[in-house]
Amino acid sequence: MKAKVRFLLAIVVLGLLMTGPFVVTSILVWAGMEESERNMLLELLMSRLPIGTMMTIFGFGIGVAVLHKLFKQYVEGLLGMAEQLRLMLGANRNFRVKLNGPPEVQQLAQAANDLAAQRDMLMDDVDARIAQANASVEEEKNRLAALMSELAQAVVVCNLDGRILLYNNRARLQFKALSQGPTTVAGGALIGLGRSIFSILEKNQVEHSQEIIRQRLANGKSAMANFVTTTRGGQLLRVQMVPVLSGTPGEGEPQMTGYVLTVDNITRTLEEEARRDHALHALTEGSRAALGSIRAAVANLIDYPEMDPELRERFVKVVDDEASRMSQRLDETMHEFSDSMKTRWPLEDVLAMDVISAAQRRIEDKLKLPTKIEDVDGTLWIKADSFSLVFALVFVAERLQDHYQIRDLRFRTSSEGKLAYLDIIWVGQAISSETFYTWEMETMHALGETSSLSLRDVVDRHGGEIWYQREKAAHRAFFRFVLPLATPEAEVADERRSTGRPEYYDFDLFKFEDKSIDLDRKLSELTYTVFDTETTGLEPSNGDEIIQIGAARIVNNRLLKQEIFNQIVDPERPLKPESIPIHGITEDMVRGQPNIDIVLPGFHAFCEETVLIAHNAAFDMRFLQLKEERTGLRFTQPVLDTLLLSAVVHPNQESHRLDAVLERLGIDIDTRHNALDDAVATGEVFLKLLPLLEEKGIVTVRQALEASEKTYFARIKY
Amino acid sequence: MSKRILIVDDEPNIVISLEFLMKKEGFEVAVATDGEEALAQVAGFNPDLVLLDVMMPKKSGFEVCEALRADPSRAGLQIVMLTAKGRDTEVAKGLAIGADAYVTKPFSTKELLARVKEMLGIA
Repeated sequence: MKAKVRFLLAIVVLGLLMTGPFVVTSILVWAGMEESERNMLLELLMSRLPIGTMMTIFGFGIGVAVLHKLFKQYVEGLLGMAEQLRLMLGANRNFRVKLNGPPEVQQLAQAANDLAAQRDMLMDDVDARIAQANASVEEEKNRLAALMSELAQAVVVCNLDGRILLYNNRARLQFKALSQGPTTVAGGALIGLGRSIFSILEKNQVEHSQEIIRQRLANGKSAMANFVTTTRGGQLLRVQMVPVLSGTPGEGEPQMTGYVLTVDNITRTLEEEARRDHALHALTEGSRAALGSIRAAVANLIDYPEMDPELRERFVKVVDDEASRMSQRLDETMHEFSDSMKTRWPLEDVLAMDVISAAQRRIEDKLKLPTKIEDVDGTLWIKADSFSLVFALVFVAERLQDHYQIRDLRFRTSSEGKLAYLDIIWVGQAISSETFYTWEMETMHALGETSSLSLRDVVDRHGGEIWYQREKAAHRAFFRFVLPLATPEAEVADERRSTGRPEYYDFDLFKFEDKSIDLDRKLSELTYTVFDTETTGLEPSNGDEIIQIGAARIVNNRLLKQEIFNQIVDPERPLKPESIPIHGITEDMVRGQPNIDIVLPGFHAFCEETVLIAHNAAFDMRFLQLKEERTGLRFTQPVLDTLLLSAVVHPNQESHRLDAVLERLGIDIDTRHNALDDAVATGEVFLKLLPLLEEKGIVTVRQALEASEKTYFARIKY
Repeated sequence: MSKRILIVDDEPNIVISLEFLMKKEGFEVAVATDGEEALAQVAGFNPDLVLLDVMMPKKSGFEVCEALRADPSRAGLQIVMLTAKGRDTEVAKGLAIGADAYVTKPFSTKELLARVKEMLGIA
């Protein structure tokens, strides 16, 4: 029953209560009276009726007013409060019930507000804890990623299907160097998140190692496996596998959910070993025969002194012959293998400048000796054990300060052939060669620390030399350290590195299960290659050719800007002058680039096992298909077209050109009309379209393909 | 009757010394400079002992040794392998395929001579 109805009912009841007893009493009294008594009563009553009625009406009025007041305050007030409480519960957490009405209602409201405040505090606390937990997980992830990316070893983490979840920059560079064929074309296509490690490493060997680890785990041993494998390019890799185990320690058998691979390219090491072996062999075995002849001849000369002169002459000649042949062989071997005969102490490639700066800091801070830089080549790389080298520099500085009271020190570098010179220069007194000899041979002491090495040891460790030289005209002298020059590994220019943290990891792939492309899987779960081509013109069937292919990958809903394919192609025909302003690719740029026969296999490998995405895909696919016969490569994977998907989502929009779609979806792209930039833009579009498609109930690849087909644009054929 | 020794080596500088030494000690000496010649000489010269170099053109010393040991009529022929290969594995191989002694270059001529005499039973 509604409150209003109940109120009206209450008024009726009040009216009845005020008049009812009197009316009933009157009727009963009236019924028991004689005629005369009734007349007398009528007379008595009639004259006083108005005042009675008025009193009654007045009383009734007061009653209604009181009732109304109570109704307003208790019934309607509580109803209003209930609404406010609902509001607090749902739409607006920060709303509070207004305190008005009678004290009892106000107390109730206050209690409700207090409850709400308590609830808010709890909720805030929970939120804060969640945020904190998320932040620490994120931080840990970032720390791990940062650690990995700085490691000097190539590290790759895979799930049990061999899908790559994480890799570091070293791995990227190493495998990039490994990828065969024109490496610029492959562009590191071998490694990438979600890609299979088996394109790099032999599947059988990896699985065999997995098996070994399982057995070792089952036997409660520490689990690790090693193997050496050959790549298709003939490189030797030493791989160490360590399992990633699930679950908390102590809770049952740990399950292997993936593995970490540490990869060393040992081709060069092995080659060096082989060379060293060869040198050793040449010197030992090679000398045996010669020495054998000499020894036998000499023995005969000694044992049979009475032999005739002619024979003696022949034996002497044998000795002479063999001795000079041995000397020659020794020279040749030393010459040929001088590099591999050098010390085996591990030297790192460092900038000479870095070594000098480190020494300078220590000399200035600890010895209070001013230092200066004089002609230091900031790009000079040396092979050095920087710790012992810096120690040696500081040692020399301290000696000079103690014994010759020098006032400052200067550093200088230069290089000649395979050697780098690092000079430490001072003005003043010359030192004697005896002193220098002592310094060279004694165990080094510097800044209160003792090294186990002498200056000579440090120099030998570097396969270098040290000497003392004077610049008489300038009244200066210097020690010259001769060190091997290093040619640092070419740092691969990483143009996209500045744009935030590199996406070298994706732990969600742990959940990834290997299936060939299943059309009924969710769009958001698949791996895609978004690509774009630039062409000489718009008519593939009329001889127009591809001049650039750009592509990027989408893995687990992320566009990976590090894992790209970007290659200009020589179309082997002149470019059309009118098209040059569109794609910005000139004749000079295409000449000397690989042709499509070389580039297409690289691209084919790059997009293996992924769904292809392009804007106006029919156009690009047509170009690829026309090459099928020539290259024997078929692109059989499903293809999604962002132009069609855009038309599915926004059927009433006029334009679905890439520019229009980008603007509509609020995507800001710096440069356009370069295959790679357009591919990336297409990728962004696709990711923005995904939730919009989902609203339309399009969740799987199959649904997306069907919806695309239905749109008007699907009928356009090139 | 003096014993016969066949010297097989492609290096003239060692052959000259060995030939001189063995002749001085009263042996009848023949020389072959490769493996094939060695087999021919064994047939023709019929030696009691062969000083056999391992590294030779055409047929290696190992092959010659195997071929000689495959002929039961020459079971009494003594074979001393002379070689510049000093690794344990090669010594083991030489002895395994039937050499009676394995001498690594450079060697002492005195010891070699003593060894040869001992093997031929001339004390």
